[in-house]
Amino acid sequence: MRIVFDRSACVGHNRCYLLAPALFDVDDEGYAVPLLDGDVPPDLEAAARLAADNCPEFAITIEE
Amino acid sequence: MSSAPPSGSPVGDWSTDFDHTTEAWAQDAPGIWRDLRTACPVAHSDRFGGTWLPTRHADVAAIAHDTEHFTSRSVIVSDFRPEAPAPIGFAPPITSDPPFHEFARRLLLPAFSPKAIAPLEGPTREFCGSLLDDVLSGDRDVVDAATEYAQHIPVRVIAHLLGVPESDGDRFRTFIHRILERPGQVATVDPEDLLTTYLLRAVEAHRVEPRDDLISYLLDLEIDGVPLSDEHVIGTIALLLIAGIDTTWSAIGASIWHLAEHPEDHRRLREEPALMPFAVEEFLRLYAPVTMARIVSADTEIGGCPASEGDWVLLSFPAANRDPEAFDDPETFVVDRQRNRHAAFGLGIHRCLGSNLARLELRVAIEEWVRRVPAFELADPAAVRWSTGQVRGPRSLPVRLTGEGAA
Ligand code: HEM
Ligand code: SF4
Repeated sequence: MRIVFDRSACVGHNRCYLLAPALFDVDDEGYAVPLLDGDVPPDLEAAARLAADNCPEFAITIEE
Repeated sequence: MSSAPPSGSPVGDWSTDFDHTTEAWAQDAPGIWRDLRTACPVAHSDRFGGTWLPTRHADVAAIAHDTEHFTSRSVIVSDFRPEAPAPIGFAPPITSDPPFHEFARRLLLPAFSPKAIAPLEGPTREFCGSLLDDVLSGDRDVVDAATEYAQHIPVRVIAHLLGVPESDGDRFRTFIHRILERPGQVATVDPEDLLTTYLLRAVEAHRVEPRDDLISYLLDLEIDGVPLSDEHVIGTIALLLIAGIDTTWSAIGASIWHLAEHPEDHRRLREEPALMPFAVEEFLRLYAPVTMARIVSADTEIGGCPASEGDWVLLSFPAANRDPEAFDDPETFVVDRQRNRHAAFGLGIHRCLGSNLARLELRVAIEEWVRRVPAFELADPAAVRWSTGQVRGPRSLPVRLTGEGAA
């Protein structure tokens, strides 16, 4: 599983940072910063799905 | 258009003559949106000089993202179209359009990021705790959860954030209600009792003695090496008060109303506090308090309906949040809903600047209420009053404390 993050769609709702802090940090202005480049470890797959399913801007997608 | 019934008068047909300032809307807005979404998903009313009301999530999202055809020049529907200076508007960034919007917004973003807001959790919990001490101290079994609890939380938190005495918080409500409810009538008010006078004093005090708070943050900002004018600082604070108080109060009150009506959800949150972050988003989805407005700035269409320059659009994030095309079982409160892309804080570039603060206040307010109030119910469902207009929430919420050993 991989996370695809669209920075141009992110407006800083911060849902991903709340739900999956191991996968997303936030910058000083509140925009998401993905922490992971590459495959999502199995124990974080559920968190990755939660982040994608709760982003109001559809800025996060999951590729299996 | 001249034949439109006056705003606020009773509505016959919601799909051709809706009016969000009527008592009937306050009583049952969610039912009106549901009926409209099937019968007429892009409703139009001649009131206010011509207003659209889309109730599908897709249409609301498209408008929020389309700053080419929809301006934020005014975000509150009224009988007049304000001649605000585009793209800045009267109250940047909420009334600004691109490209100026981003500039005004970026000045403020760092002060409202989740990490900047997190330290407010302790003080917020203290305010909620001391309010509950008062609410629960007497031997009354009926208390008003809206006016005795929810209402006081955002004003105290904002006072703390700004760096003015928390006891002044209650004055902010008077200030903003005067602005919102009786615009233009300031002449009758003692200048000592004006928001601008109050804020000017606070700004002067902060210039003399800078502190670690939002007013000092604003005074430190520079545009091209020049500090912000007092006018800019005061205007910004006024916007934060107007945008941050009734909205948050409404969200807290509506959530407590839900728990009064659904003891099973109240019990579940008492037993499983870890569900709270999900519950908070679900409260925000189902009881989203804020509807914004746009003005059509160039002829376009909304979900297939032709909209003309100058038309109002009610941007109903609350209706979007109940669209079955976007949410499973949308009229049901699902305490641990796993897929919840709600739009309570808006969509696109105007995403609520205070969303992290509002979310923190709502979570802590409900956590403390649930922890301290073991059981309660509506004292008199008919006595609950919901607001009219674009910010929806209970303005009076009498509840009976039924549990043993409220502490
Ligand atoms: C539950 C509480 C709140 C809700 C539901 C809410 C909702 C919203 C919504 C829907 C917007 C989008 C406006 C638009 O698209 O035109 C917005 C914008 C805004 N909100 Fe909030 N809000 C809340 C609390 C707050 C608080 C606590 C503050 C600050 C102290 C705040 C400050 C702002 C500001 C400054 C904007 C304008 C942002 C911009 O235009 O870039 N809000 N809010
Ligand atoms: S939830 Fe979406 S919009 Fe919000 S910060 Fe994360 S990626 Fe950005």
